[in-house]
Amino acid sequence: MLLLIQYTLIFASVLILVALGGCFSEHSGVINLGLEGIMVIGALGGALMMRFLPAGFSAFGIVMLTLLAAILFGVAYSSLLAVACINLKADQTIVGTALNMLGTAGATVLVKAMNTAANPNDHSSEIMYIEPKKAFIMNIGGFEFNWFMLIAILMLVLAYITLYRTKFGLRLMACGEHPQAADSVGINVFKMRWAGVLISGMLGGLGGICYILAGVSSWKFENGVAGFGFLALAVMIFGQWKPQRIALAALLFGFFRALSNVYFGFDWLMSLNIPGSVYNMLPYIISLLVLALTSKKSRAPKAEGIPYDKGMR
Amino acid sequence: MKKNILKNNAVQSLIASLLCIFLGLLIGYIVLLLINPDGAWNSIVEVMKNFLHAKKAARQLRNFGTTLVRTAPLLMCALSVLFAYKVGLFNIGAAGQYVAGVCASLYAALAWGWSWFPCLIFALLAGALLGAIVGLLKAYCNVNEVISGIMLNWIALYLTNMMLSKVKEVASPYTLHLKTTAPQAILPSLGLGSLFSDNEYVTIAVPLAIITAIVVEVVLDRTKFGYELKATGNNRNAAKYAGMAEQRNIILTLVIAGGLAGIGGAMFYLTDLEQWSCTATSVPGMGFNGIAATFLGGLNPIGTIFASYFIQHITDGGTNVDLSMYSAQISDLISSIIIYLCGFVLFIKQMMNKSIARHEEAQAHRAKLAAEAAGKEGGEK
Repeated sequence: MLLLIQYTLIFASVLILVALGGCFSEHSGVINLGLEGIMVIGALGGALMMRFLPAGFSAFGIVMLTLLAAILFGVAYSSLLAVACINLKADQTIVGTALNMLGTAGATVLVKAMNTAANPNDHSSEIMYIEPKKAFIMNIGGFEFNWFMLIAILMLVLAYITLYRTKFGLRLMACGEHPQAADSVGINVFKMRWAGVLISGMLGGLGGICYILAGVSSWKFENGVAGFGFLALAVMIFGQWKPQRIALAALLFGFFRALSNVYFGFDWLMSLNIPGSVYNMLPYIISLLVLALTSKKSRAPKAEGIPYDKGMR
Repeated sequence: MKKNILKNNAVQSLIASLLCIFLGLLIGYIVLLLINPDGAWNSIVEVMKNFLHAKKAARQLRNFGTTLVRTAPLLMCALSVLFAYKVGLFNIGAAGQYVAGVCASLYAALAWGWSWFPCLIFALLAGALLGAIVGLLKAYCNVNEVISGIMLNWIALYLTNMMLSKVKEVASPYTLHLKTTAPQAILPSLGLGSLFSDNEYVTIAVPLAIITAIVVEVVLDRTKFGYELKATGNNRNAAKYAGMAEQRNIILTLVIAGGLAGIGGAMFYLTDLEQWSCTATSVPGMGFNGIAATFLGGLNPIGTIFASYFIQHITDGGTNVDLSMYSAQISDLISSIIIYLCGFVLFIKQMMNKSIARHEEAQAHRAKLAAEAAGKEGGEK
């Protein structure tokens, strides 16, 4: 039971971080379908940092440097989306999809090359981080507390304050609702949208490193992040683009994702004799159902997905 | 006045696509250089050469046939994406619909002993069913088709693993060989294989996929039905106002798109070239590469035939790179860079039109000046 709670919380943390990322990007008016790719690249940044960090750092140092690397990679990668969708007015769906494929392919090529260079017989795309992973975890009576749970809550509060209580947040949301109106009162729509996308890159990168640290001590990069970026978008839609509701939605989805990791720990679930694949499918099925029920009265930012053109009024 | 050839939309699309390919390969080459400068040039040449890698001509022909075998399903996935995109829908679910087709055709062939034709139809229906779910959700519940498509991709993958593990080999995670267990389900070759140094995997799937591309072109461009679909894609509300059933059109589009991708799955796995691995943890790249082929083909069914071949050509070529330095995924990297660049096609075309317009304006201006000068001279005389 404790294990189920632990996994629910950690997967919910991933979903909160990434969904908040999507939330910032969409409030500024850019649909970020590339979150999946951003997660992979953020995870790559963090994993590389853990892999190459010299021994002798304090736990705090490891955590901070890993987070920093994930954030930097995520932000840099998301600028590919920003420059295409904001400045060059490219199709946001195509670019997002391309970034997802590019993320997995790029990370795989890089890690494989790195592994092969170190050992000519090693053609895997795996990075191990058994030792540094311990820095992220604190054992409290059998419950593995992961620092990411705290970070997710912190980001949640920060996101809420930024969006609703600061000039920046309100302006950002104005650019997603009616960019022409925002422009007419002197807000730089391009700058605001850049900010929105880069923040989503930061949160997506954090979510990525959190995801690969959730249960395992090594990661095969050719697997990507198994649709988690899109699950996060479903969480965001279910949460109606509002941070507090996103948190609740993330807990629900996190629970179903956690079930597939720990269902064999429950005798009564095992006695039902359901194949493991069903538990793997569960989060995706739930998200389809939830989307079907909630998308009708969607509160999506009105101008999302439309490149801003000054000439259009 | 002579019409500028660069103004032609088809020519512009071709130039834009070639530019995307060139830049994609260039960036791929730079990545290889960064990893290891020693073998970069050789490897990028291997990627481009693909079947020419083999030394003997007969062997080359055979490998060319195999690339064609893989092109057929890719083309079907690309047509699926294209068909939906013409109606304003982004069918990223093609990957899952393809997997559903694989599941249906292999299960029917191995468990029930069906022959190849009913298997194909069954695959079509399975893909169409998945497409219908996306369509219904989009039309009646306003669910973004990209997100529901991705969710269904994963559901289809796990479902397929579950179903096909009932017909897998005992000792391995792979499904049974059709050749030994269900030879009646293998697609007929009709002598096509002998054209490619007896490559028995070259079947009617290849011409069938090309015919499908032509049919899609005709339906979209020459029929009332196609016109209605495109009108719905251009402006949902206008189409509704003009009396077209937009909800029905959305669902129908995704059903057809799903069916196309579904047949694609059967077209590949009913050749017995590969077996499905029941422990697959990621959705096959076929559907995603289909997106690349669609946009590289300039959103034109005939262009898509060539683009699909090109994408498959470099994907197969990727397996020939020097594995002691690089990995086969370098082709995936190039394909994804090409998709990223395809996002700019509209921008490239705009730039071309702008520069042509500027050029013509300058020409007209010069002509006017010359005429005025001539007029003045005439007046003075």
